[in-house]
Amino acid sequence: MDSIPILKIGSALLVTIQVDMHDQLATRLQDDLTEKIVLHRARGVLIDISALEIVDSFIGRMLANIANVSRLLDADTVVVGMRPEVAITLVELGLGLPGVKTALNAERGLALIGGVSAAGEAADDADDD
Amino acid sequence: MMAPVLGWVHGVKGENLATTDDSQSLASLFAGRESDILASWVSTLNVGEIRMTRQEAESQGRAVLDALAKAVAHGNSSDMRGAEYADVRDVLQGFSRTRALQGFSPTETATFVLSLKRPLFEQVRKTTKSEHAFDRLSSISELIDRLGLFSVETYQKTREELIARQGKEIEELSTPVVKLWEGIVALPLIGTLDSGRTQVVMQNLLETIVQTGAEIAILDITGVPMVDTLTAQHLLKTVSAARLMGADCIISGIRPQIAQTIVQLGVDLNVVSKATLADALALALRRTGRVVTKIKAHSSATSQQQPAETRG
Repeated sequence: MDSIPILKIGSALLVTIQVDMHDQLATRLQDDLTEKIVLHRARGVLIDISALEIVDSFIGRMLANIANVSRLLDADTVVVGMRPEVAITLVELGLGLPGVKTALNAERGLALIGGVSAAGEAADDADDD
Repeated sequence: MMAPVLGWVHGVKGENLATTDDSQSLASLFAGRESDILASWVSTLNVGEIRMTRQEAESQGRAVLDALAKAVAHGNSSDMRGAEYADVRDVLQGFSRTRALQGFSPTETATFVLSLKRPLFEQVRKTTKSEHAFDRLSSISELIDRLGLFSVETYQKTREELIARQGKEIEELSTPVVKLWEGIVALPLIGTLDSGRTQVVMQNLLETIVQTGAEIAILDITGVPMVDTLTAQHLLKTVSAARLMGADCIISGIRPQIAQTIVQLGVDLNVVSKATLADALALALRRTGRVVTKIKAHSSATSQQQPAETRG
């Protein structure tokens, strides 16, 4: 069974969802991520969903769950790159993801969880162009 | 007298007695007398009341009469949807449409058509024996009524199209997303927020956030006349969606009356809100690490506010 790769950058974990999520994949990601947070003593989790075009209530709840689990393990979760259609769908489903931090792109997301300090500087510079 | 004889001949021929008889007699009523009918039509028209010039009435009247004479000559005096009446429909449609777009009232439009009754009745009186008069009058009356109804219907349709188009234009006009500063966009909302418009507004805003990479969006509701629970819910949805994309929202332009309404309704907006767009912009600038300061002016007259960027 395929799984979604989890990369470690500094003290943060980076998850990029490139394929359409099905429920099994989502559950597996949740398990893997929880283990990796403990293993690497990660302080932040960054989930890039810019390639995700279809969400349902299950995926929405998975994102919320990951955020809650990470908070228990003392790591911040940032969801980045959500598409407008996806955002509208989630809101219509009543899933505002209240506990989850969000950012427009990965750069700003990293700055938000302070994973790599250099990336934070770069994000600020990028604002002004 | 031609008409009754013709009517009689056709009458004995077939089952479809009434229609054939009517139309034949109607055709004979028009034949060769169009200019008479037109003259008496125009003279009975109260051109002041329906706001037409005499020339207009004459040219329109001639067009209608010509088409009508051709249509009844084909032997159909009742069914306006028939192919024979295509010309009549075209003429009336053009007339009613123009009148509707020019802002005349439905009465002013339909009276023109309906006033054709009287000149036709006069023709009946001149040409028909009294025993056939009733049938003729009733079929003419029916025909003219149908023409009148068609004219009003076209009028109505034209107006409805106009309203629908204007509604669409307003929808497009009233949802611009304005870039106020690098990373700050504003959405001045104007008019009532229903669910249809919220959808458009939301999509516009979210797409602009992606395009400009804005991190703060200001929703200005100065132009929203009334906020009820539904409007508040729509606002919150928009804020929620923007937050999911990674942009913070500030709501500004809440008028005193609306603030009171929101509180009385017990709506929990739970969003950062400011009284004016200026305050919201100041907050947004501060959050992105900028402040607005006055440069030390040479004279008070030239002291303009110049935003200076400082890293926070």
